[in-house]
Amino acid sequence: MTLLRLYLEFFRTGLFSVGGGLATIPFLRDMAERTGWFTDEMLTTMIAVSESTPGPIGANMATYVGFTTEGVVGAAVAVLGLLTPSILIILLVARVLQKFRQSKAVDAVFYGLRPASAALIASAGLGVAAKVLLRTEVTICWPAVLLAAAVFVCIRWTPLKKLHPIVLIGVSAVIGAVFQL
Amino acid sequence: MNTYLELFFTFAKVGACTFGGGYAMLPILQREVVEQKGWATDQELTDYFAIGQCTPGIIAVNVATFIGYKYRGVLGGICATLGVAFPSTVIISLLAALLTTFTQYPVVTHALAGVNACVIALIASSVLKLGKTAVVDWVTAAIFLAALIAATVFGTSPVLLVLAAGLLGYTAKRLSALRRGEEKP
Repeated sequence: MTLLRLYLEFFRTGLFSVGGGLATIPFLRDMAERTGWFTDEMLTTMIAVSESTPGPIGANMATYVGFTTEGVVGAAVAVLGLLTPSILIILLVARVLQKFRQSKAVDAVFYGLRPASAALIASAGLGVAAKVLLRTEVTICWPAVLLAAAVFVCIRWTPLKKLHPIVLIGVSAVIGAVFQL
Repeated sequence: MNTYLELFFTFAKVGACTFGGGYAMLPILQREVVEQKGWATDQELTDYFAIGQCTPGIIAVNVATFIGYKYRGVLGGICATLGVAFPSTVIISLLAALLTTFTQYPVVTHALAGVNACVIALIASSVLKLGKTAVVDWVTAAIFLAALIAATVFGTSPVLLVLAAGLLGYTAKRLSALRRGEEKP
């Protein structure tokens, strides 16, 4: 029964959280209160762990909650619950889009959507930048700025741009650990 | 290799290489899906992110479903989606069982600061690549700037921004079509 509830709770979360993994947090907080599966304090740990491990944050959170409640099976069920609404909705949207791909109207809408989409991604990047490069409100973390600038130069103007991004991420992690960023 | 398995494993790789949520996935997707597999173009990726941001669910998952569906239909969409979430399930289950305190080790904090600095540079470079296909004239340049300021300074909801931008784009195209129609009767 708990498994079914897990699935339904995460189905609901997936259906109503718009705008990425962090948007699931208010829903998880509410879930904690109603079900008692985990506490607010555990949720804080979950967010920290989800943000510092690979993978989409939303999927990480669902796994964490599912695992704490019902072990490995619970983790799988929670993730599937979270994914189901996404899959259904996107498959529907994709099918409709494919039908109207030649339409001038859809083309005109996407002409406006694209710059906004790029801007939203840029804005998310700026958010990360503010968090990492400005250690506190006023002091700038120069080593981090230097590292970001070095990576940027490498991937834009040197042969290193052929490297897979994960290599750069790995090297940056080592640099961060060694120089205590 | 079976194409469905290929979709699953490619997206599992993307999921495993993503640090810090859906947006950080963009540079990895550009490398794996656009440059290496050719399953989508930079422009399509921008479109999928736009839709993924204003439809329910996690952005990373929405984009994965889109690409999988485009390449191999419904089953392709499901394989790509399961693939992108697979590493999360394995890694988090292991961590939750073994140690939940690892985020408190100083060495982990420092390494993550390094990762984040790198991700900023990767996202910046990706946005420049997408910008080439998204910002094509002064109308799109204006939309980009307005959306960037609205999202960063005022924290406007992505749903609202995407809807407004779509409407603006549509209106701008219709207006220019009308004007051209008047010039060439």
